[in-house]
Amino acid sequence: MTIGDIKNILGCKVICCEERLDAEINTACGSDMMSDVLAFVKDQSCLLTGLVNPQVVRTADMMDMHCVIFVRGKMPDESMIELARERGITLMSTGYRMFTACGKLWENGLRGGN
Amino acid sequence: MNDALHLHYFVDGDDFTRAGEASANVKKTLRQIGVSPDAIRRVAIVLYEGEINMVIHANGGVIDVDIAPDQITMVLKDTGKGIADIELAMKEGYSTAPEEVRSLGFGAGMGLSNMKKYSDEMKIESTVNVGTTVTMKVNLS
Repeated sequence: MTIGDIKNILGCKVICCEERLDAEINTACGSDMMSDVLAFVKDQSCLLTGLVNPQVVRTADMMDMHCVIFVRGKMPDESMIELARERGITLMSTGYRMFTACGKLWENGLRGGN
Repeated sequence: MNDALHLHYFVDGDDFTRAGEASANVKKTLRQIGVSPDAIRRVAIVLYEGEINMVIHANGGVIDVDIAPDQITMVLKDTGKGIADIELAMKEGYSTAPEEVRSLGFGAGMGLSNMKKYSDEMKIESTVNVGTTVTMKVNLS
C-alpha cells in the first residue's frame, strides 16, 4: 500500500511532502506514547497518533518512518510541519478516531508487522 | 570510514520541542559515513531517549559521541538532581516524570530500559544533587 492509498482510505488531508505519496508503506503502528514506538517498533514505516508535538516527528525520524497520520482531525503547527519537511516525512490528518483509522487500514490489508 | 570522529553537543534543558536535535544530528552523521542501518537505528533510539531524559529530569547537559571503526561510545553528562536508586529507575514502567511530560508522549518509564535494551553496554553513574553520567556503547562489528 502507498501513502496515497492510505490518504484515500482514511480521507486524509495531506499537510506536507505530498510529492511522496507514491512511497510504499508495508506496515504501520498506532500509539500516543513515543517511548513505546521507540521500544517496540521495528520496520513500521507509518505512525498513527493522537499526539501533536514536535517529538512525534522526531520519533518518526529516528525510526526512519515515511509518514505520520494525526487522528481525530488534529493538525500540527508550523514548527512541526517545517521539521517534517526537512526530513521528508509526509504528514496527514484524518477525521477518524484512532481505533477506526487503524481498523480501516487493517481491513484494506495493512498489517502491524513484527 | 574515518579512524575516529568526535561529536559534542550542548542540550538545552529549557526547550522540550528541541530535545532530540543532537540525536538527529548524530544519526545524520552516521548515515553519511556509511554505518550500518541496524547500528544507526540502535544509536538513534538510545541517544534520543537519553537526550529526552536530560531535558525532562536534569535541565539539559552535554553529549559526547566517539565514533571508532568498531564501536560508538556515547557519554551523556548532566548536573541535575541525580538518581537515588538506579536499580529502581531501570525498572520498566517506573517513572518520576511529571504528568505534563506524559502528555507529551514520554515519561512512561521506558527510557532507561530502552537504552539498556538497544545498547551493547550501558553504565550509569549518579550522585544525588550532583548529577548523572550515562555511558552507552554500540558495537559496529
